[in-house]
Amino acid sequence: MSIVEVKNAVVGYDERIVLRDVSLTVTRGEVVAILGANGSGKSTLIRSILRLVPLSAGEITLFGDKRFKSWERIGYVPQRIGAGAGVPATVAEVIGSGLVARRGILRPPRAADRAAVATALAAVGLSDRAGDPVTSLSGGQQQRTLIARALAGRPELLILDEPTAGVDAASQAAFAGALGEFVAGGGTVMLVAHELGPLQPLITRCVVVHHGEIAHEGGVPAPAGHHADPGHDHVHPHAPAEQGMWGA
Amino acid sequence: MGSMSIFANEFMIRAFIGAVVIGLTAPALGIYLVQRRMSLIGDGVGHVALTGVGVGLLLDRSPVLTAVIVSAIGAIAIELIRERGRTSGDVALALLFYGGIAGGVMLVGLSGSRSNANLMTYLFGSLATTSRSDLAVIVVLGAVVLGLAIGLRPALFAVSHDEEYARVSGLPVRALNLLVAVLTAVTVTISMRAVGLLLVSALMVVPVATAQQVARGFVATMGLAMVLGVAAAGSGVWLAWEIDTALGATIVVLAIAGFLVMAVAVAAVRAVRKRGALRASRPGHAAAAEPEPHEVVLDRG
Repeated sequence: MSIVEVKNAVVGYDERIVLRDVSLTVTRGEVVAILGANGSGKSTLIRSILRLVPLSAGEITLFGDKRFKSWERIGYVPQRIGAGAGVPATVAEVIGSGLVARRGILRPPRAADRAAVATALAAVGLSDRAGDPVTSLSGGQQQRTLIARALAGRPELLILDEPTAGVDAASQAAFAGALGEFVAGGGTVMLVAHELGPLQPLITRCVVVHHGEIAHEGGVPAPAGHHADPGHDHVHPHAPAEQGMWGA
Repeated sequence: MGSMSIFANEFMIRAFIGAVVIGLTAPALGIYLVQRRMSLIGDGVGHVALTGVGVGLLLDRSPVLTAVIVSAIGAIAIELIRERGRTSGDVALALLFYGGIAGGVMLVGLSGSRSNANLMTYLFGSLATTSRSDLAVIVVLGAVVLGLAIGLRPALFAVSHDEEYARVSGLPVRALNLLVAVLTAVTVTISMRAVGLLLVSALMVVPVATAQQVARGFVATMGLAMVLGVAAAGSGVWLAWEIDTALGATIVVLAIAGFLVMAVAVAAVRAVRKRGALRASRPGHAAAAEPEPHEVVLDRG
């Protein structure tokens, strides 16, 4: 069954076209990495799937439903913690905020919700930091908090925007572990990435976005094959760091 | 003299109850404004509310009622401008704020005589202006705001903390934002009699700013801010009566004094801890000298 079906999607901000005629299907159990340079349109692609960016043309079907409303089936992991950090919030409070919509805004948290938060904390290895302010965590630990927030709601599809950008090795490993468990449990994943690092073994398919179009689609290419690709320079312009894209 | 002190007691009690309700309500709602870095929005809504007061005085209706209606419309307009996130929003907000206060001053002026003294009590609050019916309005609306601010805390926290995530998780983000806007207008209006429209925002923001210096989480910050708000409002009524100063200004000065005391105390505790850590890291305290993981260091920074 197709979980995500993008048909001829076009997205433009003001006059500038960011995605042109993109079609993509993701089926249950796939782990799809969306790769591309900065400004290629890869983030816009997932943001349009999440309905955060309106389509100018085309359509996106989620779980077979064009008028998809069951957002609790999707877990979203943004690039970084939200701007609303004016007031302190504990790790457990941030993770708990992932359960509010599923529970209903009028219901107070129940024992089951607290258990879900505890399970998600354990899955990312942050159980001992539950009561700490998120701002006291390292960048990698904050990123793990965000994946825990998404996992707490037990989604079927996880969408991640550059989850491992600037994350230390220990957190990347913890992150890969949590993602691996999710996939093993039958989950579907779409992730935007600059480099795959320890996530690479989990990836079942790579989609390379280039100038708002899908330039390449297939398995994780071996570095040699990738270097042989004539489009390579455009797809990933910062040459010195290019090996990092596929994991050193 | 005897009848004077009885009168004094009765309006003191009314002022005290009103101030306590406001001291509890304003920070409970204000925390959501601080969290989304919109601390000054209450001030803008206060400016707009003055036009509502002017409308009420001009039509010879209850200024509280017209102020609630006009400031709610203003708050919704501000929220819709914010939602669009255009750069012109900044100028639109300025137009709304200054239009609100200028229109209010003009309308109050048009409404007749005793208006100047009247204007001052709406702008800066007064001990003597809380009538029995005012108090009923303050208590009922205050209870509604407090109930929603506490009852909807998980949802309002989620929206204020990360609006984009809240939208993707399926929360009715726009409805919740508009609710906060309307509750802000209601809080501003019920507070205007005691604290005054120009100072209402301080009671929504300052106790939260004080609390977040020491609290580790959102719920803790909210609880402590409410305690601090009640303390400032309650002691402000007493102090304003004792030294005969404007009630709103007295409450706000006490709240800011609380902020400064907290800031000094936090700095002092940090300095003592740092000294203790240095001593512990000398030879002979091998266990404490172990290098900490970097995230712990960040925590202390």
